[in-house]
Amino acid sequence: MATSTKLTRSNSAGWAFALPGFGLMAVFIIIPFFFAIGLSFTNQRLVSPNPTEYTGLANYRQLLGMGVITLDAVKDDAGQIVRDETGAPTFPRVRDYTRNNPDYPQLQGMREWFSWGSDTSRTYVLARDVVFMTALMNTIIFVIVVAPVQGGLALLLALLINQRLRGINVYRAIYFMPVVVSIVVVSLLWRFIYDGNSGLLNNMLGAISFGAIKPVDWLGNPNTALGSIILMSIWQAVGFHMVIWLSGLQTISPTLYEAAAIEGSSKWQTFRYVTWPGLRNTAVLVLIVITMQAFALFAQIDVMTKGGPLDSTQTIVFQAIQRGYGKQDISGGSAISVILFVLVLTISLIQRYFTREKN
Amino acid sequence: MASISADNHGLRLVVRYMVLTLVAIIFIFPLVFMVVSSLKPDQQLLADTSSLRAFLPVGDISVDNYYAAFKRAPVGTFVLNSVIITGVTVVLSLFICSMAAFSFVFLKWQGRDLILSIILATLIVPFETIAIPLLLLSSKLPWIGAHGLEWGWLNTYRVQIIPFIADGLTIFLFVQYFKDLPGELIEAARVEGATWPQIYRRIVMPLSGPVLATAAILKFLAMYNQYLWPLMVVQQEEYRPVMVGLQYFFQLNRAWGEIMAYLSLITVPVLAFYLVLQRAFIASIASTGVKG
Repeated sequence: MATSTKLTRSNSAGWAFALPGFGLMAVFIIIPFFFAIGLSFTNQRLVSPNPTEYTGLANYRQLLGMGVITLDAVKDDAGQIVRDETGAPTFPRVRDYTRNNPDYPQLQGMREWFSWGSDTSRTYVLARDVVFMTALMNTIIFVIVVAPVQGGLALLLALLINQRLRGINVYRAIYFMPVVVSIVVVSLLWRFIYDGNSGLLNNMLGAISFGAIKPVDWLGNPNTALGSIILMSIWQAVGFHMVIWLSGLQTISPTLYEAAAIEGSSKWQTFRYVTWPGLRNTAVLVLIVITMQAFALFAQIDVMTKGGPLDSTQTIVFQAIQRGYGKQDISGGSAISVILFVLVLTISLIQRYFTREKN
Repeated sequence: MASISADNHGLRLVVRYMVLTLVAIIFIFPLVFMVVSSLKPDQQLLADTSSLRAFLPVGDISVDNYYAAFKRAPVGTFVLNSVIITGVTVVLSLFICSMAAFSFVFLKWQGRDLILSIILATLIVPFETIAIPLLLLSSKLPWIGAHGLEWGWLNTYRVQIIPFIADGLTIFLFVQYFKDLPGELIEAARVEGATWPQIYRRIVMPLSGPVLATAAILKFLAMYNQYLWPLMVVQQEEYRPVMVGLQYFFQLNRAWGEIMAYLSLITVPVLAFYLVLQRAFIASIASTGVKG
């Protein structure tokens, strides 16, 4: 009897305490999340005179639609390959196949994404939305580079800072400093550093090499823009993960290090057999957090390049915002958001699988 | 022998400090450049970038850029907005998230475990994936204001505050902390007839200093540095926070000195705050890494 009254009493009190928080999260996180999924199957716009319609997978087909076509080089009547003035073989125009060609209805409306081939034939990979595909690839490259490099550098910094030295706290404070600075501020500062004319980086490189290294327009060149943003992003966030590694390092029992020292193990052996196994859980966490943050890449792009030059810094979130907000295409933006979520989830699960405790 | 090994030791110490200092320079030079440049007229600022003078407050030093920045944009309004939005969100978040965590840890009720696991599941949903539907939702939400019932939350303070009060990470931090509090204290209070609100206010909250600091710092950083959301939901300058206010400095004639002044103005207070509370800041980040 007593337990049941206590339980009912707790029931109402329990809900009363939890409801404000859970209610807010339901309205502003959980409902929008399912909204995103639902809206991605419609043609919803932010403001539209027409009623919203269910369109099935149309948004996803538009975003992810791909095709492959292999074309043979154009030959003249004698069977010789027609070459242009540079001697390169000529190929039929891709758009003859993607525009109103009744033989290739599945390629309708696609554009060339990339291609490869030999003298006699060429394979074209087509995409319905080349910009989105580029954004997808850029984001994946960003994640693949940033996750291990940033995680590794953060570990190095943590090991560096985990020494008993006078004044070490000052260094730790400095390494962590960029983390508390807004990424927007950081992006603007680095725009100045990367500037093609009077940028600090060019001036420094020039001074170090006595003028041998010519100035580069780091953000204006499609070959260097994404790399420049990667470098800056790591610079800004690495202190954050240094601290997480550091707290992992400090959970490792000093007796283990003493034992290793008595055994006469080298520095590398100590790291390999004492430190690293003790950091397994930290490693999973660091990787997952960096991956999630890296997939969300937006502010740097918006402040530094707006996706350019030549779409070389387009990202998934930048595309989602450009469409969902800029073009008020809520359903298209939502579909991109869902794709992003599926990617984040998949990669987190894969990382968790590979870093699981092996029994 | 002894002197050689001592020399060796000294040398190694010097090398260690050199490495540490070199790395420190990498992390600090853009920030030094920002503050130093904010004190220089544009022409000198650009000329100085070709030498180490870029990092030294030398030459024609003044605070003119700060005056000019205030003239160019309603800087005071932006700062005030950021303070209001950040302050209100932090306070409400601490209150509401700690209450929820209190319920999850100390009270038994039906559905508790399910609700908690839903809340923790939201940790893997990046805000960017819900930004677009949240924008649509925010444009249609009701509000009872001075003029009765109104629809739509765009261009308000509330749209920048209310969605960010409750979040999975803050609740998680409180749950972790509360689990380590001595349960006997709460049981004893129950036996003596204390109500749950009394236990929350008189026993649990007074013991929660460290986690309140952690949650407050993380929320403060997240809110003050927000960019994407205010960019989308606020078009009127009277509600704009500092990060979005930056756009004013990129219209028409771009003055780098003024930009650096504005950047310093919105960054240096946070950096000062950080340096004073350095241990708490770093401990708060570290505590997000504690295995859950």
